Amino acid sequence: MTGSGDVKAAERRLGLWLCAPAAIFMVLVAGWPILYSIWLSFNRYDLRFPQDQQWVGLENYLTVLTNEFWWTAFGITVLITVVSVSIELVLGMGLAIVMHRTLVGRGLIRTVVLIPYGIVTVVAAFGWFYAWTPGTGWLAALLPDGSAPLTEQWPAILIIIGAEVWKTTPFMALLLLAGLALVPDELSRAAAMDGAGRWKRFVKITLPLMRPAIAVALLFRTLDAFRIYDNIFILTKGAQNTGSVSIITYTNLVSGLNLGIGSTMSVLIFITVAIIAFIFVKVFKTGTPGTEGRR
Amino acid sequence: MTRSRIQWGVLDFVVVAFALIPVLWLVSLSLKTPATIADGGFIPTEWTFDNYVNVFTEGGFLRPLVNSIGIAGLATLIAIVLGTFAAYAIARLNFPGRSIMLGAALLVAMFPQVSLVTPLFNIERALGLFNTWPGLILPYVTFALPLTIYTMSTFFREIPWELEKAAKMDGASSFQAFRKVIVPLAAPGVVTAAVLAFIQSWNDFLFAISLTSSERSRTAPAAISYFTGSSQFEDPTGSVSAAAVIVTIPIVIFVLIFQRRIVSGLTAGAVKG
Repeated sequence: MTGSGDVKAAERRLGLWLCAPAAIFMVLVAGWPILYSIWLSFNRYDLRFPQDQQWVGLENYLTVLTNEFWWTAFGITVLITVVSVSIELVLGMGLAIVMHRTLVGRGLIRTVVLIPYGIVTVVAAFGWFYAWTPGTGWLAALLPDGSAPLTEQWPAILIIIGAEVWKTTPFMALLLLAGLALVPDELSRAAAMDGAGRWKRFVKITLPLMRPAIAVALLFRTLDAFRIYDNIFILTKGAQNTGSVSIITYTNLVSGLNLGIGSTMSVLIFITVAIIAFIFVKVFKTGTPGTEGRR
Repeated sequence: MTRSRIQWGVLDFVVVAFALIPVLWLVSLSLKTPATIADGGFIPTEWTFDNYVNVFTEGGFLRPLVNSIGIAGLATLIAIVLGTFAAYAIARLNFPGRSIMLGAALLVAMFPQVSLVTPLFNIERALGLFNTWPGLILPYVTFALPLTIYTMSTFFREIPWELEKAAKMDGASSFQAFRKVIVPLAAPGVVTAAVLAFIQSWNDFLFAISLTSSERSRTAPAAISYFTGSSQFEDPTGSVSAAAVIVTIPIVIFVLIFQRRIVSGLTAGAVKG
């Protein structure tokens, strides 16, 4: 054993020791419960009849996957995710360009957009809830008399999407801004000299160079949007078929106390999120940030 | 030149309006009197601070506010200490678990929290952690860790660590070199991570309503959602909006003080992937 070998071994040990506490936290609070819920999902386990706990194999999965409420919630969640992330991408790109290029008040803009990012989602949701409540709200006042948008399925979904877009567009914009900052100005200028118009320069130069940033922003936001819960809980409580998969999982826990079914939903959501992440990585061929390209 | 300045000015104005109008609406609502609260106007016609008084006197909002500050504060502190250890190791040391650690952190960051609600509910009831501060601090630390590890390890990589050696050669002790050279260089990264972790914990709603059952550990966002008005005949709009504004104040203060850090922290992990 040489001296430098000892140093390396000591470094390895120190590295593991320093990571251990954080790793233990993540394993105990995220890893272990998900394994536990996989096990629960194969059991009949209702808190109202706890002595009735029993292994039932795939029965819970059959129950959930043949249930129309589950599929409605699943469809609503996918719809909200796709529509809001698409709108956010376009608005966020515009916002990123304004933050990047504006000649006046750059600091002001960058400060102000952090308000929607930082504000508590429930708080913002109450703002929208009252704004769209007939009589109370300034936005409801703009609608024809007698309309109560939050009590109808499609208007309510549009309001939920609007609340989601308002809250998270700044986050999308900041991630895109980081990508925008990496696009060298000279390229764009050279293209301008060659007679390329603004739009052409954006599509042919800026967008391709921003591809990694766009991929990361889309992945983060898609997974985040799929978890949507707070906005729906405040705006409609999931009524009129506006509930997301997170909403019905929670409702099942609180009003149903059926841990077997709840765990099954948990596992299904987890699998869906894993599939979304997998598709993103395949389509965009992006590595996970930090594991490659960083060093 | 002036024309483009005006164009940018108009765009800036649109952005500011987009970001602030929903917040100003809540402020306006919270200042309206009970008689005018349902008038639908954007600007109050009669002004009052009663809602802010009522939310504490009759709404009992102090306890949830203390819970929120304590739980988010402690969770941030623990996540920062553990995150600093891990981030230092990832940025500075060569050891086999490094990419596993980053991968695990990313996995947790993308985790659908609702998948934990049912199992954690059951585990915490069995362990007596349900409806306690630690019962919320545990998940908050877990979900703040990826954020702190990513932000700080990116930041620590940029620190010129040779300075530490140089200070020691100039006669400083190891501790002095660490305290006078490394701590000031690392502090901005730690502060950035702390601000992001606090905002995230402060924001949580799903765990807060699933893992609490009384004001003993219910945080402010959960408490607001349970407001029913000070009497059963009264509409809670005034109390809710006043409480909403109160919960937003710390966020506004953080944003004003740490604007640059939040922007750099949020974008740190994103570009290099």
